[in-house]
Amino acid sequence: MARRDLRAPLIPERDRDKTPILECIDLGIDFGGLTAVEDFNMTLGRTEIAGLIGPNGAGKTTVFNLLTRVYKPTRGKILLEGRDIAHMNTIQVNKAGIARTFQNIRLFSDLTVLENVLIGLHNEMNYNLLSAVLRLPHYWKDEKIASNRALELLSLFGMENMAEQKAGSLPYGAQRRLEIVRALATNPSLLLLDEPAAGMNPSETAELMENIRKVRDTFQIAILLIEHDMNLVMGICEGIVVLNYGKIIAKGTPEEVRNDPVVIEAYLGKKGEVPC
Amino acid sequence: MKKQMALSVIINQIMNGLQSGSIYALVALGYSMVYGIIMLLNFAHGDIIMVGAYIAWYSMTSFAAHPLLAALLAIVGCTLLGVIIEKVAYTPLRSAPRISLLITAIGVSFLLENLAQLIIGAGAKKVPAIFSGAPLALGAVKISFNAVVTIIVSLVTMALLTYMVQKTKMGKAMRAVSEDMGAAQLMGISVNRTISFTFAIGSALAGIGSILYVSAYPQANPTMGAMLGLKAFVAAVLGGIGSIPGAMIGGYAIGLAEALVSAVGLSVWKEGVVFAILIIVLLVKPTGIMGRPMQEKV
Amino acid sequence: MKDNYKRIPMPVRYAINFVLLLAFLLIVNELINNKTISLSYYYVILSIGVNIILAVSLNLATGYLGQLPLGHAGFMAVGAYASAILIKNIGVTWYTVPLGMIFGGLVAAIFGIIIGIPALRLKGDYLAIITLGFGEIIRVVLLNIDSVLGFKLTYGAASLKNIPKTTNFLNTYIVVIITCFVIHTMMKSRHGRAILSIRENEIAAEACGIKTTYYKTLGFVVSAFFAGVAGSLYAGYLGLLNPSSFGFMKSIEILVMVVLGGMGSMVGSVISATVLTALPEALRAFQNYRIVAYSLLLIIVMIFKPSGLMGRYDFSLSRILEKLLNLKSSAGKKSDERGS
Repeated sequence: MARRDLRAPLIPERDRDKTPILECIDLGIDFGGLTAVEDFNMTLGRTEIAGLIGPNGAGKTTVFNLLTRVYKPTRGKILLEGRDIAHMNTIQVNKAGIARTFQNIRLFSDLTVLENVLIGLHNEMNYNLLSAVLRLPHYWKDEKIASNRALELLSLFGMENMAEQKAGSLPYGAQRRLEIVRALATNPSLLLLDEPAAGMNPSETAELMENIRKVRDTFQIAILLIEHDMNLVMGICEGIVVLNYGKIIAKGTPEEVRNDPVVIEAYLGKKGEVPC
Repeated sequence: MKKQMALSVIINQIMNGLQSGSIYALVALGYSMVYGIIMLLNFAHGDIIMVGAYIAWYSMTSFAAHPLLAALLAIVGCTLLGVIIEKVAYTPLRSAPRISLLITAIGVSFLLENLAQLIIGAGAKKVPAIFSGAPLALGAVKISFNAVVTIIVSLVTMALLTYMVQKTKMGKAMRAVSEDMGAAQLMGISVNRTISFTFAIGSALAGIGSILYVSAYPQANPTMGAMLGLKAFVAAVLGGIGSIPGAMIGGYAIGLAEALVSAVGLSVWKEGVVFAILIIVLLVKPTGIMGRPMQEKV
Repeated sequence: MKDNYKRIPMPVRYAINFVLLLAFLLIVNELINNKTISLSYYYVILSIGVNIILAVSLNLATGYLGQLPLGHAGFMAVGAYASAILIKNIGVTWYTVPLGMIFGGLVAAIFGIIIGIPALRLKGDYLAIITLGFGEIIRVVLLNIDSVLGFKLTYGAASLKNIPKTTNFLNTYIVVIITCFVIHTMMKSRHGRAILSIRENEIAAEACGIKTTYYKTLGFVVSAFFAGVAGSLYAGYLGLLNPSSFGFMKSIEILVMVVLGGMGSMVGSVISATVLTALPEALRAFQNYRIVAYSLLLIIVMIFKPSGLMGRYDFSLSRILEKLLNLKSSAGKKSDERGS
């Protein structure tokens, strides 16, 4: 199989005419003397579902942290809908349209499920402190709209009945779904999912795949996910980027990547098939 | 003539600074070592000094113990007290949130101060002299015997401590547990024993500090440990909390800073200056002179 | 599942709360006026009021925001001195008393901003230490500032005396209610949720677009404001001020109230402040053992119930009433399900 040019973008047909949602150009970061990520080039289509895979320690979460500006890149550019986000901090990046979930779930455990989502909707409301304290009409209106929206989002994932439960008391799978709902509440144009299927059994994973597709179709956003579960990756990703030791070693459609000998070697160290 | 006087004043102040700095350094070492190993700001540390001072006072006034015996008793007493506190109050909270541990330490501190007040009384007790000897003369300057002993004892103690931490097995264990408790345990190091040992050493240092302190200021009262502890604590932060050389540097720096402020006649502002130093350190380099930065994994 | 849960409408809730609070006010006021409550107990009640405000405001910074400021007494001090100096200079009228309180609160809030901006950049222990340092610096400055200024402002160790005793049960009660109301309504809004999210998981909060620096400062400054207001009430009932009352020990006393009551529970802070202020007075005979018992209590609670008396429970009368209302209907429902 012919090796694709690793710098070429892989955008689905339907997104070809639109500005890509994300462009990473020669992105790299060093920590002290250690280069964690280097020559990271990727373009993501407006409504593309793409996967970022690679062995443990390859630098995948580091890339997410670069995209959400938790880390400041040492080299390269990140363009979100054509805008350079280099000068932004994490909060501004979220307002600009990137939302994420975390590898080790970061929920607001002591708050209820509904409150977790309402925090995601924080910037959708705009009543000020005075309105809150004096309980002016603006407060009541915004809270009602936000509450309804939160329940709407929760019901997409079948979670509206858990609204009053403490987030920390939910079963593991529900916690992961809640993180996604909260991220969606921030109204992103790009959703980053960090190992959303971790710890899930096959039926939960299948449901997750459904949900991810549903999210993309309903909200018309791009989704980039980090995953180790190859069923999920091969099942829903339209494009895949493979990372090893901080560098992209392969890029392409699931078919291309699955049979790429470089990828196989990175995962298994010998000839074989990428575990599926 | 005037120049000589001014010079002798300066040298006097420097000696004062070195003397109190030595004490701060010894106490700061205790703070740093405990923080390094279990991430606790042991507010009760300063009050262990107070207990040491009382032990010295009691043994010398109640059964006329020889000063050096009294000193030994104080040091042993402090060591035991430190280990007991650790076992009773801090070990049960090993896995509790840090704030609970901090508040317990505050509780222990209060308890010690008020038990002392209850049992012995709030008034200051005069502690008989521990070291008696002629002052040392350096040209026109006379340095008190106490100052000389203090500085020498501190330096020797710190040297021994450094040797112990770097070269002995227990020292290595202490450093390992400070770095990574889990990994140290997997290597077969008894974490509980190492932590108790750290408290023991830290409290012993406080005990030595208490003896040196009462030789300079021969008074024991229930709250003497509080301010001394706070200042030594600032010294530990200044030097880099968790760092042994840092505690030493910090201690002398604070001692000299206080001496400087007194020398220019602003001694009422001494404490303010110490806390101002604390704030500047925390704003400019919170990990202190020798400290290492820590990062949270995202 | 359709929501058949009977809820009490908002206006009714407010009405119930209002009536209860008014009733309490009138009853206690009457007891004071006809001398059923003696003068010494009267001062205890005022003191309880001040401590409730202090505990509730510190609870905002510790329990809700999740930080550990150890310099709360410093804010109380600047509020107390600011309002006392103001009132001594402009005299007592119907408006100077609330003006003094607001002034005290604002001065404390300004200090809150000055201290908060650098301090809140630090985490955990470091924040605790730096606020402790600032609290001590405030105390030392209040003690010695007159020699620098050249004229007598605070009177330092000699105490600021002859402060008009303007604090009474009525204004204390009203201020306590306002404090609790403001903090409660703030917390049950998007701003309050933002503050809670910082406590829960600051990194996730940022990822959701919450301006963490702004909200940390907001929480800290509001906390300082009310501490300043409490300080002004304190000055108004004691009649004199001395910097030594506002040291680290005072900050710890307030912290103990918050911790024992449950960090993150306003009702816990209220109960704890009341009990810990009233109890020592009631046990005056055991004065000497008071602090020993206090410290032991602290240690024991930390070891066995670190979350404090009420944990993070926030009391809601309406919620309890709603549960009672719905008890009957849910019992009916259960037997229906079993039947089918």
